[in-house]
Amino acid sequence: MAQDVFTPGIVPGRLEPGEYDSHFSDLHPRLDDHAALVAADRCYFCHDAPCITACPTDIDIPLFIRQIATGTPDAAAKTILSQNIMGGMCARVCPTEQLCEEACVREKAEGKPVLIGQLQRYATDHLQEQGIHPFVRAASTGRKIAVVGAGPAGLSCAHRLAMHGHDVVVFDARPRPGGLNEYGIASYKTVEGFAAAEVDWLLQIGGIEIRTGVALGREETLAGLRDQYDAVFLGMGLGGVNALRVEGEDKDGILDAVDFIADLRQAGDVATLPVGRDVVVIGGGMTAIDAAVQSKLLGALNVTLVYRRGRDRMNASVYEQDLAASRGVRIVTSAMPVGVTGNGAVREIEFSYVDADMKPTGETLRLAADQVLKAIGQTLEGEGLPALDGGKIAVDAVGRTSVDGVWAGGDCASGGDDLTVTAVAEGRDAAMDIHASLTAG
Amino acid sequence: MADLKSDFVGIKSPNPFWLASAPPTDKEYNVRRAFDAGWGGVVWKTLGLDPHVVNVNGPRYGAVYGADRRLLGLNNIELITDRPLQTNLDEIKVVKRDYPDRAMVVSLMVPCEEEPWKYILPLVEDTGADGVELNFGCPHGMSERGMGSAVGQVPEYIEMVTRWVKANTRMPVIVKLTPNITDIRQPAGAAMRGGADAVSLINTINSITSVDLDLFAPEPTIDGKGAHGGYCGPAVKPIALNMVAEIARSPDLQGLPVSGIGGITTWRDAAEFMALGAGNVQVCTAAMTYGFKIVQEMISGLSDYMDSKGMTSVDEIVGRAVPNVTDWNQLNLNYVAKATINQDLCISCGRCFAACEDTSHQAIAMSDDRTFTVIDDECVACNLCVNVCPVEDCITMEQMAPGTTDPRTGKVVEPEYANWTTHPNNPAAKAAE
Ligand SMILES: Cc1cc2nc3c(=O)[nH]c(=O)nc-3n(C[C@H](O)[C@H](O)[C@H](O)COP(=O)(O)OP(=O)(O)OC[C@H]3O[C@@H](n4cnc5c(N)ncnc54)[C@H](O)[C@@H]3O)c2cc1C
Ligand SMILES: Cc1cc2nc3c(=O)[nH]c(=O)nc-3n(C[C@H](O)[C@H](O)[C@H](O)COP(=O)(O)O)c2cc1C
Ligand code: SF4
Ligand code: SF4
Ligand code: SF4
Repeated sequence: MAQDVFTPGIVPGRLEPGEYDSHFSDLHPRLDDHAALVAADRCYFCHDAPCITACPTDIDIPLFIRQIATGTPDAAAKTILSQNIMGGMCARVCPTEQLCEEACVREKAEGKPVLIGQLQRYATDHLQEQGIHPFVRAASTGRKIAVVGAGPAGLSCAHRLAMHGHDVVVFDARPRPGGLNEYGIASYKTVEGFAAAEVDWLLQIGGIEIRTGVALGREETLAGLRDQYDAVFLGMGLGGVNALRVEGEDKDGILDAVDFIADLRQAGDVATLPVGRDVVVIGGGMTAIDAAVQSKLLGALNVTLVYRRGRDRMNASVYEQDLAASRGVRIVTSAMPVGVTGNGAVREIEFSYVDADMKPTGETLRLAADQVLKAIGQTLEGEGLPALDGGKIAVDAVGRTSVDGVWAGGDCASGGDDLTVTAVAEGRDAAMDIHASLTAG
Repeated sequence: MADLKSDFVGIKSPNPFWLASAPPTDKEYNVRRAFDAGWGGVVWKTLGLDPHVVNVNGPRYGAVYGADRRLLGLNNIELITDRPLQTNLDEIKVVKRDYPDRAMVVSLMVPCEEEPWKYILPLVEDTGADGVELNFGCPHGMSERGMGSAVGQVPEYIEMVTRWVKANTRMPVIVKLTPNITDIRQPAGAAMRGGADAVSLINTINSITSVDLDLFAPEPTIDGKGAHGGYCGPAVKPIALNMVAEIARSPDLQGLPVSGIGGITTWRDAAEFMALGAGNVQVCTAAMTYGFKIVQEMISGLSDYMDSKGMTSVDEIVGRAVPNVTDWNQLNLNYVAKATINQDLCISCGRCFAACEDTSHQAIAMSDDRTFTVIDDECVACNLCVNVCPVEDCITMEQMAPGTTDPRTGKVVEPEYANWTTHPNNPAAKAAE
């Protein structure tokens, strides 16, 4: 074999072919029937259940678990999908340890919540693998709505609008729909092309046309869309990335983690993906964790994740941090990058340790690095957008923006966590408000 | 989604799920919540004459638990309504007015004389209720006063009271039966002769759930003493199912509609009662355990089931299993099966081995590496291993094809049906034709 984990530089094929398969297989394989029944049996069918309150899409969790327990997983799937049309993806990617499962009363009782996420996947997979789409489209209203962005927010909005009989055109700048489901989420959370399969399944509702390769600000303008359509929903996520603002940032081998991940998600064969021997990831969120874990899985020898604040301030959950540690990622906190050295390509990166007020303590850290992945936050891109609030499009509780007839939701809109499930909820709620305002009077 | 509309003896409801006469249907507040949650109908908590009864002021319930404190059986010493008659009647009237599409049946228990019935029935009719249910079932407290199961245990009384009621009302009359008897067909037949439109069963079963071993008193304990109560919940379902089936397959009781009650907790339980002949079902303990919302699972579950079977009306389920309920002596003795263990599902706990080796037929082998296999030479197909195995469908019963040889008996499996009545070991056997 030509390369292995010790080969310096950024090279592909560091592992044996079989190792890639095991590294990138399903993080939590689906529960089998027996395990699902045992897990479902633990649910107490709580009154006004705290798990429902903790779910951004308000899925009726006790009801769907009872439907699994009584042998009707397809009915369970309908309960889930009627609130969250991407219940299948959310079952795979939701940080349940911070949402429903954290709130589960059995977490309080025994420190072991009901496996809500895995049960959700059991039910939605059961229905979707039969190709059943359980919703029907209402009679056509003749109204046309433009949705910008085919990510979770845009698709959730489009589905709900289509269900109410509206015609929807979804524009996306990228070649494939799905947003970060397709280009961002860690590959071991959504294996076997699930993201694309889910989009196909969702589109079975009818009345939704997807136009990929069409961008707002390039082929289309907001004014133009407002002219041609009865309403516009903006769900374009966060296309830009923050810069490190460190000398040497432009050296070879330094790239944005989101691009690294997008390449990984779109790679037909991960063995062809080049990865460094000594990888340093900068950031403390989900993107940083995913980039670190996946570079390790690709065969990097040393992967260090460096975050400028304390552990408690990391956006990535303890569960995600533990996942990274268990894959061999070293996590360094309270350290800020101050310089990059290397001749053309990066060779080493220097950090200064900082205190709680971000003041240098005088201690420094130098890490060998042939690849540096920046994951220090994404930003909203675009001009002529509705009024902003904190760098995102300002919206009210139902997604209305400062511009009449324009709604927004998901990562590009103010409020809410930047999560798949939040994007789905906001897209759905905006759709309901668009529907209400188009049919009012 | 299948249409669950139900018509039980002319009483219509959007689904066949009613709440049984008990605390869930005790007052307006509860019943409104129940209807809002989706229940198809209610049988209002049993009314009596004023002065109304009083309940104990200590614990009324005792419980039997399964693993993880799952409530399997509940026992109670509650009486009929402990509120004035007029209060109940007023509430029934406004609830029925506000929920005209739901079934409103009023349960009644008055002394065993015609006058009180003549007095109370017009009052109930005036509420706009859809029917009455005669509570001949309550096994505690009321029976000491000559009502409830004291009537329900004497077929002649049932017939007499039913006749009075039919003579004094235009409403459909459902007679609720007590299971605290030896042959459920006797009280059911009496109700039928008295002109009942239907019977409902079961009411609760005489029981003591547990004994406090410090106080040496039955639970629930009130000031150091306890009384037997009425048992209900999942634990009583098998008893209720059998009684419903006994009525459904009795030639004398053909055409007598049955409202099935007893331990119904899921859509599947409900469908089983209906398959054995119940035209609709009533639920008490499951609602008391989990709240009214469980009806949503019952609705979605029954409707999905009907869709999967291509059924468009709940009546297509009713009685469908009755022809297959038979007597032991009609079972096919030439049907031979063997247990089979699916090694992919087996978790090697050894429960099947313990059960079969210690208490049955020594028909399961255990290897040094804890592989468990059935020894066909010994297996009598008793099903015990299936019942004790913790994994669903891990052990299954496979029928032996006719023409093959059963290694246990050395006999060829015969293709023909043959039962005990013609078996050579039966001293009373008639020679096969
Ligand atoms: C690496 C990574 C890992 C993550 N992991 C998780 C996770 O495990 N769990 C979780 O809950 N969340 C996770 N998230 C967050 C989650 O993916 C997002 O919150 C979610 O995808 C937001 O959905 P959205 O529809 O708002 O935006 P996006 O998913 O970003 O979709 C926006 C779409 O709009 C398109 N678009 C952008 N600009 C334009 C334009 N001008 N014109 C037309 N189209 C445009 C884009 O091509 C894209 O398809 C992760 C995010 C990242 C980056
Ligand atoms: C607390 C309690 C009170 C009850 N009161 C009545 C009653 O007033 N009238 C009546 O007909 N049945 C009464 N029942 C019996 C129920 O209606 C029902 O027949 C029985 O509980 C079996 O059904 P289940 O297993 O679904 O609970 C009562 C049951 C309970 C648990
Ligand atoms: S909190 Fe936990 S136990 Fe309660 S309903 Fe939700 S999942 Fe079930
Ligand atoms: S259930 Fe309600 S009324 Fe009954 S004992 Fe508990 S708190 Fe009191
Ligand atoms: S009881 Fe079931 S799981 Fe346990 S050893 Fe027997 S077959 Fe296997």
